[in-house]
Order: sequence, then structure tokens, then C-alpha cells
Amino acid sequence: MRAEAETLVPAPALDVEAVRRDFPILSRTVHGKPLVFLDSAASAQKPRQVLDAERYIYEHEYANVHRGIYHLSQVATDRMEAARETVRRFLNAGSAREIVFTRNATESINLVAAAWGRSSLKPGDEIVISEMEHHSNIIPWQFLRDEKEVVIRVAPVSDEGELLIDEFAALLGPKTRLVAITHMSNALGSVTPVARITRLAHDAGALVLLDGAQAVTHLPVDVRDLDCDFYAFSGHKLYGPSGIGVLYGKEALLDAMPPYMGGGEMIRSVSFERAEWADLPHKFEAGTPAIAQSVGLAAAIDYVIGLGMDAIAAHEHDLLTYATQRLSSIDGLRIIGTAPGKASVVSFTMDCAHPHDVGTLVDRAGVAIRVGHHCAQPLMDRLGVAATARASFGVYNTRSEVDSLASALEAVREFFG
Amino acid sequence: MFDELRELYQEVILDHGKSPRNFRAIEHAKHHARGDNPMCGDQLEVFVETDGNGVITDASFVGRGCAISVASASLMTEILQGKTIDQARSMFAGFHNMCTTGDEDALAGITQDDADRLQVLSGVREFPIRVKCVTLAWHTMNAATKGVEEVSTETGEGA
Repeated sequence: MRAEAETLVPAPALDVEAVRRDFPILSRTVHGKPLVFLDSAASAQKPRQVLDAERYIYEHEYANVHRGIYHLSQVATDRMEAARETVRRFLNAGSAREIVFTRNATESINLVAAAWGRSSLKPGDEIVISEMEHHSNIIPWQFLRDEKEVVIRVAPVSDEGELLIDEFAALLGPKTRLVAITHMSNALGSVTPVARITRLAHDAGALVLLDGAQAVTHLPVDVRDLDCDFYAFSGHKLYGPSGIGVLYGKEALLDAMPPYMGGGEMIRSVSFERAEWADLPHKFEAGTPAIAQSVGLAAAIDYVIGLGMDAIAAHEHDLLTYATQRLSSIDGLRIIGTAPGKASVVSFTMDCAHPHDVGTLVDRAGVAIRVGHHCAQPLMDRLGVAATARASFGVYNTRSEVDSLASALEAVREFFG
Repeated sequence: MFDELRELYQEVILDHGKSPRNFRAIEHAKHHARGDNPMCGDQLEVFVETDGNGVITDASFVGRGCAISVASASLMTEILQGKTIDQARSMFAGFHNMCTTGDEDALAGITQDDADRLQVLSGVREFPIRVKCVTLAWHTMNAATKGVEEVSTETGEGA
């Protein structure tokens, strides 16, 4: 897999000052200080290119899609289908029929749980997840467990936050029907060996769903190379709009699955007795979809591809290395999650202060970080921490912003001394 | 760098946050409850002992939380000593009101000394997200006196 291989050719450097000029919000201040936004793992800021794309369709090309016979409806439909094609290329999927627009990664996972899980699973079937899943890749499977009496098995992680691959492999067996696992932990930044996971799961006869909500913003993703069966991600973490997400699914699987929600758009014909479903991917897109958001998402994908996924990865790796070094030198600060090959996230605790106090204080220095359990309570329990503070880096962050974080944290230490 | 935060983190709060008073369990306490703030992972257990007349003879807590929630719990256990259960509940109502509205008159009916001690926590009104931190111990105490074993900031039980 590309993401796991060493880059042989140095990536073209990312011109971060030029990137920053693309993001209008970065010029604002918070509490009188320049905004230092280190919470892209929760939701990323939006470049002008995305804002312009959404504005343009609303001002010039907007109508409902797949319905009207008039010009505008046709244009809007073309734009949305072009956006789908952009997503297909981004993931290197074989067909645009395999790209389903959802609200976000959470809905994508719920779609698989409801449409595939309900129709395919029987009592005793097993689903394997990991200890570092986001709640959105735990709870949909708990719904299924309660409804279908399937069994959830949990692959452990090391104290450093690395998936224990041998223990994972040992959980696979003839009853395993699905492996639903994160491609990159939102709480720790650990990147999982997804190509190997997929091979092991397929050898056991199980399908694989990858939660790519974090990974897709940091690593090149090629679903055919990975050979995963489902891949889920959100637009808003990829510098795109909120309200739009993607489910990739292999065509044969999606074809065999019943619809997720019923309504307009997802039908071919309807009578009061019966209905026939529309073709893929519209079968899974009941109701008026997020039209402008899909166009915004395509603009976001064009934007990151324009910067170069390898250049982004190199830039973020530099920030991660620098931040790890700067934060490690702060007395009483402990970095949580040190898996080899991790990406773009530094989770930490401080002896002198609870993460919430840390978050409130650094906010006064204009620094936005996430504090809490990061929607991964079972992982926090596993690592024996109630909560952490988390700084996460995106294309627009700089070493000098890492310095701002570090000096704010030094001041936190003095404050609580 | 954090001068304007002194209103929230007053010396008394930093002191109680770092060295909480009555930080211990009471074996077989008459009233006991566990309070959770699942949003931040804070967990407190509050213990209240009363005599035959419903007067609080001892109050304590254990658990983990931010400086604000620990300091609030610590101050609460001191203030509760010698109060009746009814007084404790009405102090909770007044305190909760003060923290959400900033209205210090909400503490009317409480002795000046107690009101002064609670007012150090009133800075939290400028930080709506932290109101749950400052009221967690009080919610838990209130639940304990009603015989509710567990309370969560996210369900509103015991409020």
C-alpha cells in the first residue's frame, strides 16, 4: 500500500504561507490573539476554493437534482455527478456507482450496519473492531448486536496505541463476518496496517470496513489497492463542507444490499403495493441530497490533490515531529499514543492540570485544541486516562504555531505550578 | 498570559483544586452517590452522613476531575457541615442558579460566610461549557440525598 511505503522521491514542499492565505478564518483573532487552530482532527477549516464552489452553484447553477427536465436541474445534476467522479478518482474506486453520498462517516458506517448487517448477519456471527475505535464505529455494531445477537470482538492495542496485529489475527475465525476498523485513530494518531488487516480478514472470509475519517486527510488512499470492501469518510475533516460524507462500497456488495432509507430519489417506480429501487448509488440516497456540499467536497478534494497528498503528509510529519519534540521537553507533560508511523495528532496529559483546565487556559492564548475523551471512551479506559488534551495538525499549521502551543503550555504549568 | 482567567481560577479554587479537603470515602455513609460528567470523564463520589435530625455531620468526596470540579466539591463538603438536608438542597438550587445566570442574589437565604465562599466559583458563568464542572458535586450530593445512586450531567437526573 502506498501509505505504508517509504517515499523514495522527496515530496514537493508545501508553501504553507500560500496555503494559509486560502483560509479566510485563519486571519482572525481569538481573545485578542492570532488564532492558532490545532483542532483539525475534529473538523478542518475551509479554503476559499470550497467556499467559492458552494457559493457559485447557489448563485448560478442550483436546482434539485435527478428530477427536473429543465436546464438548471440538469446542470446541478451534472455538477453533483461530476463531484461523485472526483471522489471516485480520489479513492481510485473502479466505478462512480460505488460512491454513495451520506451526511458523514458516521452515517456511512450506520448505512453498512443497517443495510448489510441486518440483511446478512445471523445470531452468533462475529464483528471484529479495535480498542481505538471512535464511538461511531462501535455503537452501530452494538445496535446490531442487540438486534441480531451478533458478537462484537475487540482487538487490543499496545500501551503505545499500536494495534496488536497478532492478537487481531487470533480473533479472526469462521464466524467472523466483518472487520470494522479505523484507518487512523482520531484520539492518538495511530495508523493501522490496513492492507495487512484486509488480507487477514479476507483469508478468514470476512468483509472489511475501514473508518477513514482521519486517514483520508493525511494519507493517500487507494481502495482498490487496499482491497477493502467499504471505506467511510466525512467531507468536513477534509477541508470540505459539513453535511456531506462518503461511503465507498464494492459494487457487488452494494448491489446486493437492501436500501437504507426510503423516499424520493432512491426508487425506480412506486405503487401503493410495491417499489423498485433505483440503480446504484442512488438506491442509498433517499431524499434531496447535499447538492452544494457535494460540489464543495469536490472542490476540497481538488484542493488537497493540488497541494499533493505526499506534500501534505511530509508537511504534517514535520509538524508532528517538531511538536513531539517541543512538547516532550515540557515538565510533567506526557504524550499519550506513540505508535510508530502515527500521523498528525499529539494527545497528552499534564501532571499539573486536568485537560479541561489546559483547554480553557490555552484558549486564552488563542490556541484551539480539543480536550476530553475524543469520542473514544473505551480507548481512554484502556489507556487509564479520563481524558486527554489533543493538538492535531492540518495543511495550514506551522512550526511557529507549535511554538505558540508550547509556550501556552509552559504558562499553564506556571499557572497551576 | 492568563491574567483575565484569575476571575475563574481564583486562589481559593487553585488551592482547593490542588489540595482538596475531605477527600476521602465515608464507610457506610447514610447518603452516597456517584456523579459522572461523561463529556470530560470527570467522576466524583459524594458521601453525606447525617444524624437523627437530618443534620449533616460529615461530608466528603473522592474522584477525579478538573481544578474547577474538584475545588467546587471540596468547598461543598466544607459548607455542608452542620446544615440540614433541606438546607443543602436549597443551597444547591441557589448555587446552580448563580452559576448559570450569574445572579448572586440567588444565594439569598444563605449565611454571608457561605455565600462568600460560593461566590468564588461564580466566575464560571463566563464559561458556559464549564458550568457542568462546577455543579457536578452539587448534583451528586442532591442525588445522594434523594437516594439516587448515580447521576450524570448528560441526563439531568437529580437536577
